[in-house]
Amino acid sequence: METFLGIDYPTLWYLVVGLLFSGYAILEGFDYGAGAWHLFFKKDLSRRIAINAIGPIWDANQVWLIIGGGALFAGFPVMYATMLSAMYIPFMLFLMLLVLRSSAIKFRSAEEMLWWRKTWDVIYFVSNTLIAFLLGVVLGNILEGFAIGENFSYKGGIFFSFLSPYAIMVGFTTLSIFMTQGAIFLLLKTEGRLHARLTYLLKNGMIFFIVSFSITSLYTLIFIPGVTDNFKETPVFFVIPLLSFLAVANVPRLIAKKNYGFALIFSSLTMAFLLMLVAFQLYPVLLLSTINPEYSVTIYNAASSQKSLGIMLTIVVIGAPLLAGYFLFLYKTFYGKVKLDDTSY
Amino acid sequence: MDVEILARVQFAFTIAFHYIYPPLSIGIGLIMVIMEGLYLKTGNKEYEILTRFWLKIFAITFGIGVATGIIMEFEFGTNWAVYSKYVGDIFGSALAAEGLFAFGLESTFLGILIFGWNRVSPKVHFISTIGVFLGSMFSAVWIVVANSWQQTPAGYHIVGEGLKARAEVTDFWEMVLNPSSIDRIIHTWQGAFLAGAFMVLSVHAYYIRKGRYVELSKRAFKIALIVAAVVSFTQLLSGHSSADGVAENQPAKLAAMEGHYEKSAPADLYILGWVDNETQKVSGIGVPGGLSFLVHQDFEEPITGLNAFPIEDQPSQVNAVFQFYHIMISIGMFLIAITFYASFLWWRGKLFETKWLMWIFSFSVILPQIANQAGWFAAEMGRQPWIVYGHLRTSEGFSQEVSANQILFSLILFAVIYSLLLVLFLYSLNKKIKHGPYDEAKNTLEII
Repeated sequence: METFLGIDYPTLWYLVVGLLFSGYAILEGFDYGAGAWHLFFKKDLSRRIAINAIGPIWDANQVWLIIGGGALFAGFPVMYATMLSAMYIPFMLFLMLLVLRSSAIKFRSAEEMLWWRKTWDVIYFVSNTLIAFLLGVVLGNILEGFAIGENFSYKGGIFFSFLSPYAIMVGFTTLSIFMTQGAIFLLLKTEGRLHARLTYLLKNGMIFFIVSFSITSLYTLIFIPGVTDNFKETPVFFVIPLLSFLAVANVPRLIAKKNYGFALIFSSLTMAFLLMLVAFQLYPVLLLSTINPEYSVTIYNAASSQKSLGIMLTIVVIGAPLLAGYFLFLYKTFYGKVKLDDTSY
Repeated sequence: MDVEILARVQFAFTIAFHYIYPPLSIGIGLIMVIMEGLYLKTGNKEYEILTRFWLKIFAITFGIGVATGIIMEFEFGTNWAVYSKYVGDIFGSALAAEGLFAFGLESTFLGILIFGWNRVSPKVHFISTIGVFLGSMFSAVWIVVANSWQQTPAGYHIVGEGLKARAEVTDFWEMVLNPSSIDRIIHTWQGAFLAGAFMVLSVHAYYIRKGRYVELSKRAFKIALIVAAVVSFTQLLSGHSSADGVAENQPAKLAAMEGHYEKSAPADLYILGWVDNETQKVSGIGVPGGLSFLVHQDFEEPITGLNAFPIEDQPSQVNAVFQFYHIMISIGMFLIAITFYASFLWWRGKLFETKWLMWIFSFSVILPQIANQAGWFAAEMGRQPWIVYGHLRTSEGFSQEVSANQILFSLILFAVIYSLLLVLFLYSLNKKIKHGPYDEAKNTLEII
């Protein structure tokens, strides 16, 4: 098997996919999170500002989902196909909610009738909240494992089996992390009374986050088998959970000091570390079979050919710096508080 | 209903709906680049007003294109799991390239394009417009490459057997530049340019007819007319080249396009017709031996007909392929006729006084859209029964674990949400057109 810097290609691609989904969680995390606060703002102008805070950047942030999905399809087609067809209903709901959400952003402020704006406000709030929740539910399912039989065929339930208690817990935790992230982001983009209101909302958000995070962590440790195995083998990686706890603890401290820029960085790091934690404890399994571990989808039996992975790694090496450049330029252009003008939503 | 049919209906519905928007944004993108370039070059404010106006329509079109496009990306996995595993190794690199090179470019610069007027210099704004336009062109490249590989696979080998069989890349560039890629990319791009150009022609013909923004509209109309006239003609050439490729690489598809059954006989070229699958006869008007002439430059040369293939390897909906193909051709011809006639009138200085022509242009916005859809339906239905030509059948490609009820559920949801989206699109398009290019009443009435 070909390697680069002593790491085999499937593992490298696993890192690429992990990086892309972390980027997605961080960037769309504050977009979805901001949306999940939407109905907590009472005034029309506040709601408009909240939407325009993400206005110029949400399309770009969404690229991380598109590239992440593409990278999964490209590098681990078996994982992509097995997971999506097994989780048909949640993914279909997720996709339709994405459509509703982008419609809400585009059309909400296009008319001045109150009923029009209020309807879109509700759609916007509900879609963002459910998207965040569903992403967590999918993650919860991945952690629990799937009923996968021979030849990666899914043998589990069809309509509502994805809503297991554990998956729901992870769903709420994800929602709470996104809401924290979203509130911090909005604090950076707003001023005046909306800003004051957000400081109050964020306090409640932090409580929601810490409670659901603790419950889910405890439950995971007690009830999900094998989550600590990889750490027992290579104890040095214990540094990941350690770092994630430190990052979690640092967020309220920075918020209390009103240092929202760093708070956003640390809540982003929290997400990155937590995802690393998941990635590390699963490795090299992608989808654990609950029927027989032999049937599990792993990065080796799901991977594309060495040749294909090599081509894609080359594409990433060329494309990633370009993308980083575009993002820096975009974020630099729209740095600072929201100013509504005639081009705003 | 059975899973295969439902999965196909859902895919056809979602992709056909999606395909209204990206071609429109690529085409409007091209016109915007020209308008903004003229503004920077001449400093004429009217070009800036036109750019800003079309940017608003572009933004909505692009937005719906992205929203409905994400669904396509995941629908391969949800509904076509076997197929996804089969082609993942091939599509992978094309998709990765699309995401990073094309999508990254267009989506990041889109923010600057729409919201950046007051934040960046006119030159940087123009560069962003070009960036978004090029990004959308690249997107088309990679997705058409992936589809062309399904039509004419190249640069791969098959590994494994049964459910574990899959295609693996052996040569990246051979895969990308498979026999039909170049023809189809150019054909798709030009279809997109026509969709955009006719949108611009339509709106400004409407203004001219109504006597609103007449001078401004004449400028825009001329730009779009040049694009439309040139492209509708070059589209004929690329269509011919594309059909030559089909004759060589997918003879069964070509035979279906003209309803040609006989194993080896000169084939006719129809202008209009109806294929009877039972009697294997086409009733209609056409040029005897015309297809033979186009392919071999000889009216007598035989063309391989459908009967040369085993029944299970023939497209089952021959008449549908025939009709879609001919709808596309007829519209293409009509577009050449009206754009050339309009150019002639422009030269004679009578273009904008010819009211009936302005009427035709007002409504012709729908024609490139129909042609684009019909062309894709002909291409995809003509590919049947294969999902990967000669290797994997459509009936083997769908997700085995997904039930008919699940698909029915998602199909109904799609139908509801997409209808809403279409209504919203048409409503806001209409509103923007009615409002016009000028923002006289600056939003002083902020309802709070």
